[in-house]
Amino acid sequence: MGRYVIRRLLQMIPVFIGATLLIFLMVNVMGDPIAGLCGDRACDPATEAQLKSEFGLDKPVWQQYLTYMGNVFTGDFGTAFNGQKVTELMSTAFPVTIRLTIVAILFEIVVGISLGVITGLRRGRPIDTTVLLLTLVVISIPTFVTGLVLQLLLGVEWGWINPAVSTEAPFSELIVPGLVLASVSLAYVTRLTRTSIAENRRADYVRTAIAKGLPRRRVITRHLLRNSLIPVVTFIGADVGALMGGAIVTERIFNIHGVGYQLYQGILRQNTQTVVGFVTILVLVFLAVNLIVDLLYAVLDPRIRYA
Amino acid sequence: MRGATHVKWAAAAAAVALTATACGGGSDSGGGGGGDGSGVVRSSWGDPQNPLEPANTNEVQGGKVLDMIFRGLKRYNPKTGAAEDMLAEKIETSDQMNYTITVKDGWTFSNGEKVTAKSFVDAWNYGASLKNNQKNAYFFGYIDGYDKVHPDSGSQSADTLSGLKVTGDNTFTVKLNQKFSTWPDTLGYAAFAPLPKAFFDDHDAWVSKPIGNGPYTVDSYQKGSQMSLRKWDDYPGDDKAENGGVDLKVYTDNNTAYTDLTAGNLDLVDDVPAAQLKNVQNDLDGRYINTPAGIIQTLAFPFYDSDWNKADSDKVRKGLSMAINRKQITETIFAKTRTPATDWTSPVLGEEGGYKSGLCGEFCDYNPTEAKKLVAEGGGLPGGQVTIGYNADTGSHKEWVDAVCNSINNALGNDKACVGSPTGTFADFRNKITDKKMTGPFRAGWQMDYPLIQNFLQPLYYTNASSNDGHWSNKEFDSLVDKANAEADTATAVKTFQQAQEVVRDNMAAIPLWYQNGSAGYSDKVSNVALNPFSVPVYNEIKVN
Repeated sequence: MGRYVIRRLLQMIPVFIGATLLIFLMVNVMGDPIAGLCGDRACDPATEAQLKSEFGLDKPVWQQYLTYMGNVFTGDFGTAFNGQKVTELMSTAFPVTIRLTIVAILFEIVVGISLGVITGLRRGRPIDTTVLLLTLVVISIPTFVTGLVLQLLLGVEWGWINPAVSTEAPFSELIVPGLVLASVSLAYVTRLTRTSIAENRRADYVRTAIAKGLPRRRVITRHLLRNSLIPVVTFIGADVGALMGGAIVTERIFNIHGVGYQLYQGILRQNTQTVVGFVTILVLVFLAVNLIVDLLYAVLDPRIRYA
Repeated sequence: MRGATHVKWAAAAAAVALTATACGGGSDSGGGGGGDGSGVVRSSWGDPQNPLEPANTNEVQGGKVLDMIFRGLKRYNPKTGAAEDMLAEKIETSDQMNYTITVKDGWTFSNGEKVTAKSFVDAWNYGASLKNNQKNAYFFGYIDGYDKVHPDSGSQSADTLSGLKVTGDNTFTVKLNQKFSTWPDTLGYAAFAPLPKAFFDDHDAWVSKPIGNGPYTVDSYQKGSQMSLRKWDDYPGDDKAENGGVDLKVYTDNNTAYTDLTAGNLDLVDDVPAAQLKNVQNDLDGRYINTPAGIIQTLAFPFYDSDWNKADSDKVRKGLSMAINRKQITETIFAKTRTPATDWTSPVLGEEGGYKSGLCGEFCDYNPTEAKKLVAEGGGLPGGQVTIGYNADTGSHKEWVDAVCNSINNALGNDKACVGSPTGTFADFRNKITDKKMTGPFRAGWQMDYPLIQNFLQPLYYTNASSNDGHWSNKEFDSLVDKANAEADTATAVKTFQQAQEVVRDNMAAIPLWYQNGSAGYSDKVSNVALNPFSVPVYNEIKVN
């Protein structure tokens, strides 16, 4: 187990370097960012040259990348154009997005898996058909439509929530945005759990457990659910990264100043330091979550061993 | 951003639903205070692009804050745009080149420090100095010694402007490097604001919580999310704040801000989303203002491209101008937040300031027959087709460029006469312009720095001027501008500038499209809301009911 973890951690290094290099190059291809800083007019050449040397933009790309990576390893993620440290931006943006992701993941686990189990056990019954139809509807409606409609209904028409989330973004204000963010994945989790449960219900070990005379509740939670959760855990694990980085639309609709918003701003202003910094952290989160998911397999299914 | 357009449609649909149910919103959570002038205005904001230094702020979001916390030698009247003395006791000159400025006594910064002549001179030297990376440094370019502290290349050979001299506690002299009769009227711009010692002593602390001499003080500032400004009770000026303060809240999207306004959680949105313009009157029950701002949109031409710089090319340009149905485009696409342009300045200047409605004459009227004739006389379109360059990331430029092209295609009776040529990002678009890579006309917007006719002409059309993106050059125009700048009498100067503008017209150096308006919507909790000619809300006059 320990050796497996170490091997996986070592594998992360080339992935990390490759990912950051790609992002760095992509942002670089978009062209010179300084030209966009002076509004609808040309920056005066002297100030432009001065700014370029300050941000290291006058050097060749490979050198910029090496300097940047060197700084990253000492914890310096550079400065955004508005003079704020990127680490400062991260310290305000990540807690908000993490809270939003937690809310979304909780929705997926609690609502998604419960619905999946219920429908999986009652295949073909009216409740199954109803939930299946509902998930189909949710999957086919884009997030921004769900977001805007809920914002308008709950926020403006009925006044249950504030349409815009405040700067502090406490959990209570993130429930509706979290639900919107989770909606599509939630539908997938339901369907995935349902199929998996329905399939394993006919497995030999389940029949054995029932034949042993175990209570139904114990058969479902200990035997059936545990084995059926493996594909669901894989999905939710991969979803953590997707939710954190993909919250751009939801964050813009509900005025959440999180990672998605900072990335959007960074891309619009072609701010290499912000974009690369935030994406680097997202890559790390993604890698870490994937490792945890792989380790969880062994917990869920004793047949899986890592050496 | 494919998603963004979808959001707009959805928002439009949502807004239709809103209108149908006639939702005014807003009965709870007031700004507090009531009619006694202590209520706080909650206003939408965007994250300023640059650090909040006076000489480094060149966009509206940062400009809002500077307008509240600073007062300079002059201030532009929020209604007329005329430059009026604020901290200036008097500004005197006998030769339009050497000025003596006397600062009024009795003004202080909000930390108690006196505003003296030195506060101005130090601030201007800081703004002009190359090593401080100030994006508005070019404002000080008319002051003698600028080429030493801010050379075009290489390092600076002086730290202070030789043209600035403190001659007493409240007096200083300014020597310009050329005659510029209306120079004192430029001093209302934020870049010319005075700065307290705290700015230089502990710069980081100042930037995180700016200290100025305006009617408001910064109470708290969380970068990227909110700034709370409060009324400064000891403010010595006449334009005291008529409310208790202003909370500027950063919104991720102007649609969200607008929704929050309709839900009653916000008092003022000064950037009404384009998709909502059709519904705004109903949504807000008429609490919507749409007033001219000092912004003109034009199409510039690449005069460095020989195809566009032939002897008869002006006829092609005039023909194109006449092929554009400005009235229809401003009404259908912009819902009247733009006005068809008939000269190259802006209505905010007023007639005395040099705005002359109709100066463009027949060349700005839609006339397909004449357009077709002129283009043919000029030798046809270079290469048989024009491309209109624009940046696709902001400002819904695609919509109007496509409309302009349609109008041109219809007028010339040729489906392929005009196509839009988008560039992905604004920065890249600017790069192409600076590197002279444009091959056809391109979008050029101009937001005035100060309400002077000079500002609409000299930076844009003078040979090698800073924003002469098309690199148009004309001796007659240049000499008329020089003559106007040397003119002591303002009225005569303005007339000479208008003559120069006629040269721009006769050559059609750029096609004027439309004047841009500033628009804002507000809640029923506030009144007396107005936008100044820079499309910044006049915060200190807003009353909270």
